[in-house]
Amino acid sequence: MSVQLPGSPLNSPVPALALRGLAKRFGAKVAVDGISLDVPAGSFYGVVGPNGAGKTTTLSMATGLLRPDFGTAYIHGVDVWGDPLEAKKLMGILPDGVRLFDRLTGEQLVTYAGLLRGMDRKVVAHRVGELMAALDLSGDAGTLVVDYSAGMTKKIALASALIHAPRLLVLDEPFESVDPVSAANIRGILDNYVASGGTVIVSSHVMDLVQRMCDHVAVVAAGRVLAAGTVEDVRAGASLEDRFVQLVGGGNQSGGLEWLRTF
Amino acid sequence: MVAHLLSLKWRLLLNGFRRSPGQLVGIAIGGLYALGVVATLVGTLVALRWADPETAHTAVVLGGAAAILAWAVVPLMASAADMTLDPSRFTTSAIPMRQLLAGLTLAGFIGLPGMSTTIVALFTAATWWRSVPAVLGALLGAVLGVLSCVVLSKVITTATAGLAASRRFKDVSSIVVFVPLVLMGPIVAGVFRGVSGSAGYLPELARTVSWTPLGASWSLGGDLASGDVAAAGLKALIALATLLVLFAAWNVLLKRALVAPPYSGGSGKRGGKLGLFGLLPGTPTGAVAARSLSYWIRDPRYAASLIVVPLLPVIFLFQSAQSGSYSLLVILGPMAAFVLAWSIAADVSYDNTAFALHLATGVRGNHDRLGRALACLAFALPVVLIFAVGPFFLTGEWGWLPGVLGLSLGVLFSGLGLASIVSARYTSSVPLPGDSPFKKPPGNVAQTLAVQFGGMAVLFLLVLPELVLVLVQSVTGDPLWGWINLAVGTVLGVALFVVGVRIGGRWLDRRGPELFAQLSVNR
Repeated sequence: MSVQLPGSPLNSPVPALALRGLAKRFGAKVAVDGISLDVPAGSFYGVVGPNGAGKTTTLSMATGLLRPDFGTAYIHGVDVWGDPLEAKKLMGILPDGVRLFDRLTGEQLVTYAGLLRGMDRKVVAHRVGELMAALDLSGDAGTLVVDYSAGMTKKIALASALIHAPRLLVLDEPFESVDPVSAANIRGILDNYVASGGTVIVSSHVMDLVQRMCDHVAVVAAGRVLAAGTVEDVRAGASLEDRFVQLVGGGNQSGGLEWLRTF
Repeated sequence: MVAHLLSLKWRLLLNGFRRSPGQLVGIAIGGLYALGVVATLVGTLVALRWADPETAHTAVVLGGAAAILAWAVVPLMASAADMTLDPSRFTTSAIPMRQLLAGLTLAGFIGLPGMSTTIVALFTAATWWRSVPAVLGALLGAVLGVLSCVVLSKVITTATAGLAASRRFKDVSSIVVFVPLVLMGPIVAGVFRGVSGSAGYLPELARTVSWTPLGASWSLGGDLASGDVAAAGLKALIALATLLVLFAAWNVLLKRALVAPPYSGGSGKRGGKLGLFGLLPGTPTGAVAARSLSYWIRDPRYAASLIVVPLLPVIFLFQSAQSGSYSLLVILGPMAAFVLAWSIAADVSYDNTAFALHLATGVRGNHDRLGRALACLAFALPVVLIFAVGPFFLTGEWGWLPGVLGLSLGVLFSGLGLASIVSARYTSSVPLPGDSPFKKPPGNVAQTLAVQFGGMAVLFLLVLPELVLVLVQSVTGDPLWGWINLAVGTVLGVALFVVGVRIGGRWLDRRGPELFAQLSVNR
């Protein structure tokens, strides 16, 4: 299935995700302005950027949820927009800000995700049990998702993305409103997944988290990639947060708000 | 502080007007409606000035008691109950209890229901414009009565705040409220007949009610007009005591609500019960059907579109019982078939952005379409068969059965096929997941209407052969045409069903992301 990607170095192995000139415009606003990016297979890749930088739009286009105006994305060499069914088999996605079928119980929702992918019922049942246990949701497996807390909802969505053992995981803001214990739990699962050869892409605006967790990072702002590479390269000795503010600009406003010190 | 609460409520009311022109139109229509009701009631009360005291007393007391009952019950049913001044929002503000009670009570009068009730109640003074004590009594009664209305509704909403916050209660109550609306015609006719049949009994009822908390305050004017000062005094005490008890109860409930805000959410349930997912085939189509059926059962938005179906025969039977002819009942089958089949025309819109899961898993379009259609068919087919055959036990014109059956099946299958195409291509504005089924949905209403009516017009064309055959049978009177109709309806219907699922599936495969983008607009 794999093809030689336009614009990728000839010698490198096929990247887990390759973006080529992705662009999207909403009305007059250019949300994504020609992003090209290689995510090496087996990496734990962070995508960071300020709010409205185009992270979610980029990831939606990379995962087949939003049709790009220009460019395309390749998952392990499979064109997402040329052969969507094949590409979707290879990845599991956790989109940000979409609803779930929340009138199903947690267990039913994950089962549904598995069966939709055409998996065997027995395999699905086995994996659902293990996923619920691993994500510490066994006690609420029979509760309707609509009654879950925000953090539990993220976890059940993650379970739905993992059920078919994808080679690539694309997680948009996976740690938002997740409590620290659950976050550590999820990180452990993702670390193991990467260690066994899987690839994870997470978007976040928590720099500390990305610096600690990821080995690669891309800084996105105003629909463009400002820097990309290994975390060490990108932060160049500084902390990722300082480097990020330096790249994106702005910040450093300590004037004003004097009244806050008067009590 | 009381003034602050009042100005806050007033501000909230005014800002409601600003939100959108649509909202403004809605409020204007509501206002006009309320104005009409108020004008009618005020006119009646003024006219009662010249009625004999017995009739006037009966009307005022029973009307007033009905108002108090309505104030108690309506907030429970209306999911859009006015929670703008929800006491739990004042938890952090440390407002003295006495002032909070006074402020919230007076704020209860700001808004259409409060103002309307007050105006109408004060006009009972016009009814008793017969002597000075009677007018004064009526005014005192009106004040006590209206205060009881407002405080009673506050007691009920505060007491059930925890309950009302629970999802299950909202689900059930938002559907239950629809039943009396649909059955409005029969109910009004029944009550009217009951009232006219037992008119002699009403004054007796009014006299009894006037000694209860419901009617005591409304009785003051009438008793003083007829010179019964002792009864008036006692009833004033009853009304006052009622109000005090209500205030005390509210006080206690409010204190509890302020320290322990209602906790929403249930306790955890362990898994192991896959429900329909374990019963239906473990294929993508089976999974979609299991999911859809679960939603038909659990999501009040789906249930709300179904609740009309069991009520259809009730309405038609009532109509037939009045006219004495049951022949109209035969359209029950085709009608139920239409309602049920068309109910999935907005299926993807009901999913809202949860549809992302279908897109992410890459489920094939025709599996998606077929699963949803089969889920609907699973209960629609038996219902339509029962509705199509049932009326003939009453009419006895069995010669029409094959034709009606053919038309019903034709409508059902063609409708499901067409609905599978429509919902794959066009979105409708429907209530958001978790919202009340009767809440005004966001989004483009014009497109929704165009899609719905356009779709229905196309469906009419698709079932034209069956309709023509029904016509031919009624002209020639030859039952053979009915049997032909049965064959045509079944074969043509199933063929259109298959074609609909295929085309809808192909469109879904090709335009899934675009459909998802349309869905993301209304979330």
